[in-house]
Order: sequence, then C-alpha cells, then structure tokens
Amino acid sequence: MSPVTAGVLQLLALIAALALAYRPLGDHMARVYSSEKHYKPEKWIYKAIGANPSAEMRWPAYLRAVLAFSAVSVLFLYLLQRLQGSLPGSLGFVSIDPDQAFNTAASFVANTNWQSYSGEQAMGHVVQTGGLAVQNFVSAAVGMAVAVALVRGFARSRTGELGNFWADLVRGTVRILLPISVIGALVLVACGVIQNFAGIHEVGQFAGGTQQWNGGAVASQEVIKELGTNGGGYFNANSAHPFENPTPFSNLFEVFLILLIPSALTRTFGRMVGNLRQGYAVLATMGIIWVTFTGLMMWTEFAHHGPAFDIAGGAMEGKETRFGIAASSIFSVATTLTSTGAVNSFHSSYTGLGGGIQLLGMQLGEIAPGGVGSGLYGMLIMAIIAVFIAGLMVGRTPEYLGKKIGTREIKLAACYILITPALVLCFTAAAMALPTPANSMTNTGAHGFSEILYAYTSGANNNGSAFAGLNADTQWFNTTIGIAMLLGRFLPMVFVLALAGSLAEQKPVPETAGTLRTDKPLYAGLLVGTILIITGLTYFPALALGPLAEGLAA
Amino acid sequence: MNNSVASTARLIGAGLRALLVLTLVCGVLYPLAVTGIAQALFNDKADGSEIKDRSGTVVGSSLIGQTYNLPKQAASDSTAGDDPEEAAEPDLKWFQPRPSGGLGSNSVNTQYSLILSGATNRAGDNEELVTWVTDAKAAVVAANSTATYQVTPQDVPAEAVTSSGSGLDPHISPAYAELQVHRVAERNGLDVEQVEKLVEDHTQGRQFGFLGEPRVNVLELNTALRDLSRK
Repeated sequence: MSPVTAGVLQLLALIAALALAYRPLGDHMARVYSSEKHYKPEKWIYKAIGANPSAEMRWPAYLRAVLAFSAVSVLFLYLLQRLQGSLPGSLGFVSIDPDQAFNTAASFVANTNWQSYSGEQAMGHVVQTGGLAVQNFVSAAVGMAVAVALVRGFARSRTGELGNFWADLVRGTVRILLPISVIGALVLVACGVIQNFAGIHEVGQFAGGTQQWNGGAVASQEVIKELGTNGGGYFNANSAHPFENPTPFSNLFEVFLILLIPSALTRTFGRMVGNLRQGYAVLATMGIIWVTFTGLMMWTEFAHHGPAFDIAGGAMEGKETRFGIAASSIFSVATTLTSTGAVNSFHSSYTGLGGGIQLLGMQLGEIAPGGVGSGLYGMLIMAIIAVFIAGLMVGRTPEYLGKKIGTREIKLAACYILITPALVLCFTAAAMALPTPANSMTNTGAHGFSEILYAYTSGANNNGSAFAGLNADTQWFNTTIGIAMLLGRFLPMVFVLALAGSLAEQKPVPETAGTLRTDKPLYAGLLVGTILIITGLTYFPALALGPLAEGLAA
Repeated sequence: MNNSVASTARLIGAGLRALLVLTLVCGVLYPLAVTGIAQALFNDKADGSEIKDRSGTVVGSSLIGQTYNLPKQAASDSTAGDDPEEAAEPDLKWFQPRPSGGLGSNSVNTQYSLILSGATNRAGDNEELVTWVTDAKAAVVAANSTATYQVTPQDVPAEAVTSSGSGLDPHISPAYAELQVHRVAERNGLDVEQVEKLVEDHTQGRQFGFLGEPRVNVLELNTALRDLSRK
C-alpha cells in the first residue's frame, strides 16, 4: 500500500469515527445544557461556590461571571508557578520567572496553551497536574458555556436570559469533559502513554550509562489536552514525544479527540434551535474546509519542495517515523483548524506552502471545526456576516434562525471579526519594526518573518502551536503574546455574549418565501466563500511576505 | 459605587471557590483515579514500557530512542568527564537510529541531566539544515558501503538523514534497516542472511494495515542482535 493510499484510508477512518460519535454526543450535550435537573455531586459544588444554578443571567451578568472566573484562574495559575520552588511535589524545579509565569497563566486560561517553557525541564507534578491540566478542563468548559449562551440567544425570544454560567461551567466539566477523559486516558495508557507519579529516575541504556526520565500524570493530561482543544504538551516535543503519542493508533485517536466536541457541537446547536438541518449546514461548511485543507497539506508535504527536503528525498525533518507524512499532515491540519495547537510533527520544518496552510487555518478564526465552543460561536458569527452579505445582494433585511440581523447585531459581529486580525497584524508589525525581537529567529528571510507572524497568529487565535525556531522566552514575546492571548480570547466573548443578549430579546420573525434558507447547500457554499474572502483579504499581504514567498521560491 | 465594589468582590469570591472545587475534582481526584486504574491494568506501559535484555538488565524504553555511540575519548580519561563539545562517533557495530539534532540539554534544573525532547525547527531552505542533511547522507553512504555492498545516495531514505520531531524517535524505516544489514553483519561476524532475518522479524507493518508507516524499533533490534552475537 502506498503512503498516500494509507493516508486517505486514515482520513476516511477518522471521518467514520466522528460520524459515529456525532449523534449520541451532540444530543447528549444538548440534554446537558437544557436539563433542569442537578445531580447530587453538582449540588455540592454549587453549594461550595455559593451560586444558585437555576438563576437565569442576562448577558452582562453572564459575562461578568466568565471574566471573574477567568481572572481568578490567571492569578491562581500565576501564583502557583511563582511559588513552585517552595511547593512539595515539584521534583526540584525552581519557581518560574514573572514574565514567563504571566505568559503561561494567560495562555492556559485563554485555552491557547502557547508554551515558552519546556515541560520536562520547568514544571513539576503540582503545576502540571494541579494547575495546567485543570485549566485544560475549565477553559474548555468556559468556551462551551459561551457557545451555548449564544445558541440560547437564537433559541429564546422576548427574554434576555442566557442561562447560568456556573451551571454551564460545572456541567460541561463533569458531564461532558470528565467522563470522556477517563475513558480516553485509559485508552492512551493502553497504547503506551505513561501515567505515574514517579520522581526523576535513571533508566539503564543499551550502550551503557543511563537516561534520566521524569514520570508524570501524562495520559490524564494528554487526553484533555486534545479533547478540550488546548494543546499544551507535558513534554517539550508535545504529541511528537513517544510518551505522549506512542503509536499510529494513539495518533489517530488524539486527532479524533481534537475534532470530537467541536464537530458534535453543531448537532447540539441544531437540536437546541429546533432545526437539525441548520446544524448540518454549519457542519458541512466546517467539513468542506477541513477536508480541503487536509488534502492540500498532504499534497504539498508528499511533493516536498525545498532544498533540504530535495536532498533528503522527503519532508521528514521534524516528523516521526511511526507517523510518516500522511498522519503528520492530518494531525497538523486538525490542530491548526481547531484552537488546539498540539503538534505531532514540527510545523517550522513543513514545506513553505505547508506552513502557509497552517497559518491560514488559524487565521480563518479556527472555525473548521474550531475550538470547543469557540469554533461554534466563531462560525455562527461568520454565518451572520454571510446572511448580511446575501441580504445586501437582494436588498432585504437579513435574518438568521428567525432573528433579524439589524444594525446592532452586525456591528457586534463586525467587531468580533476585527479583533484578532488587528492583534495579529499590529503585534507582528511592531515586532518586525523593533530592533531586538528579530534576534529570536532561528531561520532568516521569509521563514524568519513567518516565525513571528505565526507566533502572533497562534497567540491571538488561541491556538498555541508554533514555528518553534522562535525563541519566545524573552520579556518582549512573553508579555506581548500573553496580552494577545487574553485579548484574543475574552474580547470576542464580550461581543458574542452581547450579541446573544440582543438576539434573545427579539421576537421571532416568521419565515416567508423571501427568507434565505440557511439550511441548504447553497448557503453552506456562500458561507465557505464568505469565510475565505474575508480572511484572504485580511491576511494576504502578510502571507505573501512569509509562506508564499518561501513556497514559491522552492 | 460601594454596592458595585461589594458585588464584584462577591463574584470574585464565587470564581475563586469554583476554581478551587474544580481543581479538587480535575486536578486531584481525576488524575489519582486514572493513575490507580492505569497502574492496576497496564502497569508496564504506565511506567514507560521498559525493556530488558536476555540477562534481565533494563536497557531502556521501547518507546524512547537512544544513541549507539562509541565511548567518547574524553570519557576514558576519568578526570576529564563528559565533554559536550566532543562529537560522538557512532558505534557501527549496532544499527544506527535517526539523527537527533533537536535534543537539548537541561539548563534550568541543574540537579538532573534530563533528556530534553525537541526538534531542530529548521525550514526547508535553511542553510544549516541543507548542510546537516548533505553531511548525514554522505556519512550514511560511507558507513554502510562494504567491500561487497555499495550504497548509493538514492538508496538512503529521507528519515535516515533528518531529525525527528521529538529527537527521541525509537524507529527507523525498514529501508534504512536493510541498508545497514551488510555493515552490521560484517562488524559482528554474522552472516548477512542471519541479520536480514533479524530485521525482517523486527519489522512492524502499518498498525491494523493502514495506520502510520512501516517501521523497525532500533533498540529491540539491537538487543536481539546482541543476544544473537553472544550465542
């Protein structure tokens, strides 16, 4: 069997597995977020929080709760790292410097998991398991909560109430993320991912001498790293490290976990707005982009244009033998089209055009299928822009899911899509204009520029993967990327929740013969076009200077 | 004003309590439960898949790549210690793994010399990478050509001259293993057929027929080779 055929079969197996999980998981999530019932352990948690989980919140209250919880999380994680040197169970690792601790705290709370540290030489058990892994759960649950609040905005009328943040946070964690994580972690251990609390220990080697390993709760963190589209590796090499991703099966399983919730949330959306076909249209849009990107990535990586790859006879630099080109390409596209940023192969050593596909995937806003929650709300914002553009073409007031898209709604949607490009392009321009940031580059020329463009694209879009040649552990990058991650996560949430509140207050408009049918293939096509045109116009000049220049020269 | 300060403080308090409870659930109970079950069911794997040779000595993990080098010159001089500047020479008696250019040394925690995983992160048009690949290719051709067996540059597979993502890749392709057979047989005083058989026995196909790529685990292969040559 040729590597290309094997790659196509792996892609098909992945699609089949996602299709099997789509209905049960999507319906389960819809029940979780619609149910009136609180389980006993959940009631204990609400009691500890001191919140009434049945109290409805309007959008400002929901937003305040999101921001309060996230602010506390940043501070807690910052202090945990700053105190690491004095905490037991830290394996002798020292406290993290202030700029790096801020960067890492912002990164994990913002569901980005950009890492300017190397896991195995900086973080002990307490910070990894008690700090970073916890944010892997709760930052994902926050993303899902905000997405569900927006869906409620479409589903409800003549109210302004969007649900209860604490209930959504707790339910998302204990009813969705935890059960899947327990099973997934055990599957990973069965493949060979380590799960222990051993200290640093010496292991004999074949040619004499010893290697030093640190143990750790890797499987339990690995599974939520993928499932919550977080991406922060236990080890520096992330999912390329054999202890995180030991076999081709574990590799495909991890890609499955990355795509599982973001794709199934479209079913949840369809279920909650009472029209499953609306969910299918959104899913189809995501699927078209994802399959196209994966196909393009395999093509450019198998073609391996680039001087070093030509001499080597293949683009295997930065890729593991057990995965090869195809499985690496599949992982790479899944991780950049979601907000994951885990890597099983190193993006900086992809071909020039391959790097461009990774960058463009993030720049689309990570909506195909996107991060847990953030993918759905990002796509729904694009859906609003698309009906607005269609409305302009025929001269009718646009509607989506029975709600009028008026001035207020379109302003909020426009603000949403302007935030991340503004962050990415302004910070990249500043870093290129200043004398010192460029010293962090490993590669020169077009690829050096791509390293910096990639860093801010990844940060502001909350992805977290890197062209890791860039030495990002400097005060400049720790601080600016930290700010980009926080603004890129929480400003869009402000607009999403404001939009949700405004939609929930409206009364529904009846569907007429002139209403644009948003559950049809024509609309999915329009949506794909809107996404590509908006992103293309925004980022083309920057992409031309970086990956396109490199790819066309090769 | 006082009212809004008080309500903000209440909200922050609720956020803190929520975080602490969820830390208990997701950061303490969950990892402990998973560790307990994992250790009970898959003890070997949860601890790192260590493998032993015939004498029962642990020789490493089947998942983590190693280097098979000659002892450094400086190391034989007990006062000199390990000189990181001295280039390691491959011990051509053993099957050689991929280059591991991305591995770093631990610079933060000075109590330990941990293996720091990582990639070179060099782009396809990076001049250093071009040099490394060119040199590696020449070295593979020179090392594996014997009096009766000539290797040409086209025979060398891509992964033999490039570093992996982790720097700890435990595998090489079957093509690279086969390319090393004549050299290894000669250096160990074994028949080429014997070594070929060994490689064949240690070649793993794609998992379930279509996942990943065919590969050979270098540590397992070398361990079997040592057992064979000691017979």
